[in-house]
Amino acid sequence: MNRRVVITGLGVCAPNGVGLTDFTQSLLDGKSGIRHQPNLEKLGFGCQVAGEPLVKDNLIDNYFTPLERRGLNATGIVYGVIAGVDAWKDAGLEKNTSNEPFWDRGIIFGTGILGVDKFREAIHLIDEGSVRRLGSTSVIQTMASGISAYLGGLLGCGNQVTTNSAACTTGTEGIIMAYERISQGKAEIMLTGSCSDSGPYVWGGFDAMRILPRGYNDNPTKASRPMSATASGFIPGSGAGALVLESLESAQKRGVHIYAEVLGGEINSGGQMGEGSMTAPNSIAVQRCIRNAVSNAGVQLTDVDVINGHLTATAKDGLEIENWSKSLERKGEDFPYVNSFKGAVGHCLAAAGSIESVATVLQFKEKVVFKNVNCEDIHPEITSLISETRVPRETLSYAPRVIAKASFGFGDVNACVIFKAYLEE
Amino acid sequence: MQDEEKYQKLKDIIKIYLPEDVAITDIEKDSHLMNNLNINSANLVDIVLDVEDAFDIRLENDDMDQMQTVNDAMAIIDAKLKEK
Repeated sequence: MNRRVVITGLGVCAPNGVGLTDFTQSLLDGKSGIRHQPNLEKLGFGCQVAGEPLVKDNLIDNYFTPLERRGLNATGIVYGVIAGVDAWKDAGLEKNTSNEPFWDRGIIFGTGILGVDKFREAIHLIDEGSVRRLGSTSVIQTMASGISAYLGGLLGCGNQVTTNSAACTTGTEGIIMAYERISQGKAEIMLTGSCSDSGPYVWGGFDAMRILPRGYNDNPTKASRPMSATASGFIPGSGAGALVLESLESAQKRGVHIYAEVLGGEINSGGQMGEGSMTAPNSIAVQRCIRNAVSNAGVQLTDVDVINGHLTATAKDGLEIENWSKSLERKGEDFPYVNSFKGAVGHCLAAAGSIESVATVLQFKEKVVFKNVNCEDIHPEITSLISETRVPRETLSYAPRVIAKASFGFGDVNACVIFKAYLEE
Repeated sequence: MQDEEKYQKLKDIIKIYLPEDVAITDIEKDSHLMNNLNINSANLVDIVLDVEDAFDIRLENDDMDQMQTVNDAMAIIDAKLKEK
């Protein structure tokens, strides 16, 4: 069985926009969601800027009951539920009000670590000898699968409901996993996405590794500079993105809007061998992942006309472009358009793949290639491989046909998914 | 504290844990928290913590096991307040 799979719903809770309307406008304009964080300054962080969604209190009331809000101290769950429920509604789907689970609808919603603030709360109580005061929600807010469990209950899904975790590839990996489940006929509709908590306890470890920029604390919107000669590290972010994947058959039967088709992809690892390590990618594996993704998708290397890279704004951006160039066997003017949204949202860690995939897919709808911000000065390593014209610094009016989106993560893990414009047949 | 005042305070605690299909007016003194009011059993520990905070008392595991109805809760609260 090898069924066609399409995207029928999108939802997002991102540093530069909560909800599709604001998010799309921010991407068109290159508006940044990276801000100075007073709590990071107070705690003496080297990097005191980050991307955090601005979620209004009364917005949370639309998604959580007063009982659910009591003691809720897990930002990842808030972001994930907003993005997930929005994507569900955007696909024209309802919450399950019947007495029977939706057997053919499931959820793969990933995260890296969930409910860290709730966990901190619990640790303090336990260390004080007050374990009995934890209450009933300590487990469900801190278990990794808390996010898929919340969404599963809200929507009444009866197919697979799980959480995947593969560092910064999490969101992209989830899309491929959901695609495979539908393609194989095991489900009709899968909500897939990922979320990442905000705050010092998530971002601190990266600050300690001294891989975050320290020179932009007074200039947050300029701090994240993918593909720039002056890039000096990634800016941590948080949030959630969500996509509804559906069999073409089901989408046509329901008569809903189709954003794009998912042609497939590839997931692999470099085994932390060669130049690969816990924190650095093995280029052989990256190239293999991209090439296999294109081949699994049943398209030609020349068909890819837009790339959304991982491109975090570290010294490795040049190497990533080299890997794309080698695997697609294209360079100079012949290279696809390439963008990174991390200049505006930062690196949203486990949420990166899904937030960026939502943005990537919106390009089909808007018939544009969203601009790259903060790379007026493209790194010479990159311009030695591809033409400057391939790195749009202004939002470009262009209808993409085939977009390759990749994410790479700690543990030397890679994921690449191929999206195609859907044309009514 | 008068009985009526205690009962009001307890009702205010319980009401937030009621499922959508149970109204505040459904709370009676002999209501069983789980069987009549359909409160999720996981939330009973939260009600206990709220009761402790509201009345400044501490409930032990035995007390929690005995707290099946609104009346049970009232009796336990009374006993604990007298001990103080």
